[in-house]
Amino acid sequence: MSTDWRDYIRRIEELASRSGLAFHPVDFEAVPDSFMMEIAVYGLPVRMPHWSFGVRYIYQLIQRRMGHSRLFEVVFPGNPGHAYLAASNGLAENILVTAHVLGHADFSRNNLLFRRCQEQVSEHIVEHAANHARAIQQIIETHGAQRVETVLDAALALEQHIDIDQSLRRERYPEYLEEPKVLADDTFRKRFAALDPIAAGAVETKKRAPVPPHPERDLLWFVANYAPEMESWERDIFLAVREESFYFYPVFATQIMNEGWASYWHARLLREADFIPQQSYLDAIKCHSDVVRPIAADAQVSLSINPYHLGFSMWEKIVERDGLEGARHIMEQDDDFAFVRNHLTRELADELGLFRYSARSDGQIKVLEPDLTALHEALLSPKYNFGAPVVSAHHVRTDGTLELTHDSATDGRGLDLERSRKVLDYLQRVWRRPIVLTTVNQAGSTLELTAP
Amino acid sequence: MDEAGGKGGGQPPLSAAKWYELFSRGARDWLRHDEKVREAVRANLPEIIAGGEVINDGARTVRVPVRMLEHYHFRLRRPEESQGAGQGKAKPGDVFSDPSQQQGPGEKGAGGRDEGEVQLLLEFKVDDIVDWLWEEMKLPNLKARVGPSEETDWTREGWDRRGARSRLDRRRSFKEMVKRRGAPGATPTFTDEDLRFRQLARRKQPAIHAVVFFMLDVSGSMSDRDRKLAKTFFFWVVQGLRREYRSLETVFVAHTTEAWEFNEPDFFQVSGTGGTVASTGLVKVREIIDARYNPGRCNLYLFYASDGDNSVSDAADARAALASVAADTCFTGYVEVSSGLSRQLATETGKLWAELTGAGVAAGSYALNDFDDVWGAVRHFFSAEAQTPADK
Repeated sequence: MSTDWRDYIRRIEELASRSGLAFHPVDFEAVPDSFMMEIAVYGLPVRMPHWSFGVRYIYQLIQRRMGHSRLFEVVFPGNPGHAYLAASNGLAENILVTAHVLGHADFSRNNLLFRRCQEQVSEHIVEHAANHARAIQQIIETHGAQRVETVLDAALALEQHIDIDQSLRRERYPEYLEEPKVLADDTFRKRFAALDPIAAGAVETKKRAPVPPHPERDLLWFVANYAPEMESWERDIFLAVREESFYFYPVFATQIMNEGWASYWHARLLREADFIPQQSYLDAIKCHSDVVRPIAADAQVSLSINPYHLGFSMWEKIVERDGLEGARHIMEQDDDFAFVRNHLTRELADELGLFRYSARSDGQIKVLEPDLTALHEALLSPKYNFGAPVVSAHHVRTDGTLELTHDSATDGRGLDLERSRKVLDYLQRVWRRPIVLTTVNQAGSTLELTAP
Repeated sequence: MDEAGGKGGGQPPLSAAKWYELFSRGARDWLRHDEKVREAVRANLPEIIAGGEVINDGARTVRVPVRMLEHYHFRLRRPEESQGAGQGKAKPGDVFSDPSQQQGPGEKGAGGRDEGEVQLLLEFKVDDIVDWLWEEMKLPNLKARVGPSEETDWTREGWDRRGARSRLDRRRSFKEMVKRRGAPGATPTFTDEDLRFRQLARRKQPAIHAVVFFMLDVSGSMSDRDRKLAKTFFFWVVQGLRREYRSLETVFVAHTTEAWEFNEPDFFQVSGTGGTVASTGLVKVREIIDARYNPGRCNLYLFYASDGDNSVSDAADARAALASVAADTCFTGYVEVSSGLSRQLATETGKLWAELTGAGVAAGSYALNDFDDVWGAVRHFFSAEAQTPADK
């Protein structure tokens, strides 16, 4: 009997295909734990350098030292997909992880949001990001680390501010307003125009469109295209960060579904795989129950919800209710917003013991009355707009001053002023003209932040 | 195949190693963060270092507690009350407190990770800090008084045809060879005649030697805080002088109505009771100078820290003793540590120094009320000292 998990990959793949999973081929690679940790920190195997990743790295290191988190695998969608497995995984863990990875590969190939973003970014994000990193390294050699860091400070601070509904490679705004429709050239108009040639001529001049013509949420794109004095390499850095954000969005917006789907499939494939040795099967099942455990072993309640557990439980119910065909349909169509709102039912919420609570700033936590719609919102609210406040570019004044507006009505409250000021400082160094940001204060009245 | 074997498995041979086994991006970016923190610390150095806690006795480094930098994103204001979703055995109306949750739930996102406070202790070399401070405060360099001395040292001097192999001067030997052969194109061959060896000779070194007397009033009226202020000030004075002198000796004298010499660790622990008679301390300093040092050969400094409450009857004695000491020192400084009470040097001791400065002797005084004033004091004394003529 083999002790190498690689020997099982092909058989698990065959079993998965027989069960109806449709995925691009996946390259499996076992990597040391230290590299696993870096992949988790950077979000991509090779990515641009920035000190903020160093901060995350240290937090990860501390967490790992304290034994809080353990990474089994990281998988990147694409054709082929790339799966990185921790070299410290045991045989049983790797068998489980292989099945889990195939679940992800099926999801990312068939889910519409993933498909749309991959059509934009291409199916080779891992290579793209590595290219960005290499290009930025070259820019550092030409322009110096300090200047590149200044640009990355601004670009990465705005990484969530993209407009996923627009194309990755979108055109600049039309320069002129649409010309008024040419009216029928009848005799009356000719005679009317002859009465006042100046007025008739004025109609023909084109009018410049305001920039932006409508509030623009894609700040990375807007700055890259319309900053008055940005150098072309600075624009390139903004666009590189933006492209990576387009890749990250579906991962972020389908986390519950995606992790749930992969967990559902690793459990199911494991049950059906009769070729796995008995002991490994038991170990793998134990590992599975650790992964989808809702609350830490020594705790009564948890104040956050394990997306693996929630997604897994929801998919089990859905497959039971709608059959595999129906479940696949939902997997293709939905993102987390639709998934939770449509399929997290009262019964399931009760069964899982989900509750809603309110937390005061002094740390006191109170469990609230059950309310399904409010529970959905409590689960989803951190996910709106890529997890960021809705800030859009509103206007560029003639002197180049950028006006940003925060949509406090949508977000329900104003911005954190101190942080916002720092972001404006970052951005001002690449925009190079004043920036004004409008938001509301605690009392709800309008407030303007300016930089410099 | 030992992939599944875990960490215990043998290391792969270097040739087979992947790039990520040789290089850590996380560590690289962490170092950059570290560098940024150091830059930030450097920018706010005087405020940070002045806190007496950072000084590490006897060590050449100081430790500064810092917070990790945050890369800022747009975030919503933290609400008074936020809602979240949880799971487990809880009924509506249950209340529990969770101090770890004060961050507010649901702040996990692509940009805003849940990062608890982590404090770092950064270690800085004292020498670096002093360099930065000198740059920062634009302090003039002191003019060291140079005198003849007993000290000798080996200096390189001249060449010889014989010598130890290690002192062979290749360049010089080569030149000799070229000179002898005349024609540069010919094949060079050395003969013993060409070889030149460097020679050493003993030479007297000028004295670049300083002795700093720290005199501390430890009478009953000096509180712990006062002593700590004095200690912080003394620490940075030593660092500053050490920049200028190859060898620096320190002498610690404490006094109440009597005076004693101490070693450094004990000096700052000492506390006494009773009145203040400054002349005893000054006389003690005089005795030590006479017994051990030759004022013509080394640079003497005296720094005195006191709350200024010298006994009135001591005025004449103190004046005489001070004049005698000041005549032999490069500089005589007085810091008045008077926590809270800002009397601006209008004390008995303050007056003594005012007289001294008025007489044109290299001396200065400064009122030290708070740790923030330490830099003012250092700047004050070092600028004043540099202005006084080196040869008085």
